[in-house]
Amino acid sequence: MNDLHEPQFALHVEDLTVTYGAAPALWDIDIDVPPGVMAAIVGPNGSGKSTLLKTSLGLVRPVAGHVRLFGKPISAMRRRIGYVPQRSSVDWDFPADVLDVVTMGLYGQLGWLRRPGAPERAKAMDALSAVGMQDYARRQISQLSGGQQQRVFIARALVQDADLYFLDEPMAGVDRPTEDIIIALLQGLRDRGKTVIVVHHDLSTVEQYFDWLVMLNTRIVAQGPVTEVYTAENLRQTYGHRAALIRG
Amino acid sequence: MGALLSSQIVQTVVLGAALLGLISGALGAFAVLRGQSLLGDAVSHAALPGIALGFLIAGGRDLGAILTGAAISGGLAALAVMAITARTRLKPDAALGVVLGVSFALGVVLLSHVQGRSGASSAGLSSFLFGQAAATLRSDLWIMGTLAAIALGIITLLWKEAKLVSFDPDYARALGLPVTRVQGMLTVMVALAIVAGLQMVGVVLMVALLIAPAAAARQWARSLAGMVILSMSFAVASGVIGALISASARGLATGPVIVLVATGIVALSMAFAPERGLIWRAIAQRARVRRLSSDRVLGTIHALARDHDNPDYPAELGMLQAEHSSATVPALTSLSARGLVREISHPPETTPHWQLTEKGRARADALNRGEATDD
Repeated sequence: MNDLHEPQFALHVEDLTVTYGAAPALWDIDIDVPPGVMAAIVGPNGSGKSTLLKTSLGLVRPVAGHVRLFGKPISAMRRRIGYVPQRSSVDWDFPADVLDVVTMGLYGQLGWLRRPGAPERAKAMDALSAVGMQDYARRQISQLSGGQQQRVFIARALVQDADLYFLDEPMAGVDRPTEDIIIALLQGLRDRGKTVIVVHHDLSTVEQYFDWLVMLNTRIVAQGPVTEVYTAENLRQTYGHRAALIRG
Repeated sequence: MGALLSSQIVQTVVLGAALLGLISGALGAFAVLRGQSLLGDAVSHAALPGIALGFLIAGGRDLGAILTGAAISGGLAALAVMAITARTRLKPDAALGVVLGVSFALGVVLLSHVQGRSGASSAGLSSFLFGQAAATLRSDLWIMGTLAAIALGIITLLWKEAKLVSFDPDYARALGLPVTRVQGMLTVMVALAIVAGLQMVGVVLMVALLIAPAAAARQWARSLAGMVILSMSFAVASGVIGALISASARGLATGPVIVLVATGIVALSMAFAPERGLIWRAIAQRARVRRLSSDRVLGTIHALARDHDNPDYPAELGMLQAEHSSATVPALTSLSARGLVREISHPPETTPHWQLTEKGRARADALNRGEATDD
């Protein structure tokens, strides 16, 4: 019974506290994100956005509290969760081509001792086509631009065919056309009933891109539908006095 | 060479060097990609106190006891580095430096103590500093062969896990792979590879045989499998060539010669590998500069033609040289070779003149629109 509370939420965070060393990165936060939304997590640098994502994925162990995804702990939900880390988190000089990296998205489903074969490569090609990178399948990843790297990472998550996607700053340092492709793709996922949760840094596009918003500064400032939550007062509380309401 | 190879000792050494190459080449590739080159160095220097202790405990030069001691103290050093990095504010390179220094100093102190105490019986012990290939026994080959089979077997079985954990550990963890265990296994195998090479190459130089073949292989490889196979080939080749060189000349220590051969392969790879090699990149850069200066001369002829409302306007060489000086003639040569300009006479003047071809006009127009591609 304990393993199946709050199944109505795609992401349910309860009393969560995470610390690195002395200062808490997240302090006693509660979050509920319903399924089928495209949600942004915003907050200033060091507000715990990436930590929240990593804790939700089970990459960081909390000091207190817990996370449930569709009512279950992450360990039981790995197959249904897609993850797009920050692209600066890996060394792109690794000897691999684009198709190789996208196929890695299937490693979790393949099981021990099984190697990816033709069916896996076909799935990876489909995901590459979805991000407009099908012509780059055999390109070395060391030769990609930032926007192309980002699209490869998104294709790698797409190939997982998950129900809930976590993306860590997918729009950081990519050009406008790439951003448009990524957003159209994520909105397409949402329209098919998937839940998309994005750590986002560009306040000017929050209203345009997202329908759900979590405002974070070590504690939760506000959360809910963008239309209700995206207010000058909440922004001031999240970012301090210098923040002004930016509308895209 | 035939006489050389028929010698039992040489056969043993060559075979040992080849087996060592298989192990260190394969694991070195993962160590380099995971940024663990220096950890290998700390582990190998930290093997020295274990060697001395193994000797003390076994009461003699028993290879099994010595290698066990080396593996334990090397492994402890690796754990110490990880613990220091995780628990303190010391950066990984500083943690490595501290552990390497302390454990090597401890090793030398223990070594001198052992030698002072037991005299002649421990005379061979200092050979573990720089290796003594000729001391390799036939029975040692079985140990190395077993190690090689275990290492390659594990890598083959856990190939996709090792690959993803090396490239993107956080993502691997999110997929539910046992990342910590795979990382631990790779680190332990690096330590085993180092222990396998102590007898032949020694604690000081062993890291080079781990890192150099992998670094050279990275220059050429386009996939992880390619890199691992190349790295193994380079390491085996270094071992065999080095062993043969040192066997054919008197007084050349085998381990250091093997390392020199391996670093020679690195130097060649750094220079010549396509796309990544220095020479390749220098040539590509020169080609780009030349292309750019050709395009500028083409642009001048094009501008002159436009200013005179004459698409076939013959531009005079001296006029072009006034603008582009010594770059003019090489640029015109290249442009006419590519069919973009042609030389014409323009009587009564006797100096050479140049005009655009149809193709040249098209490229100049494209350049002006900022959409010219490298043709």
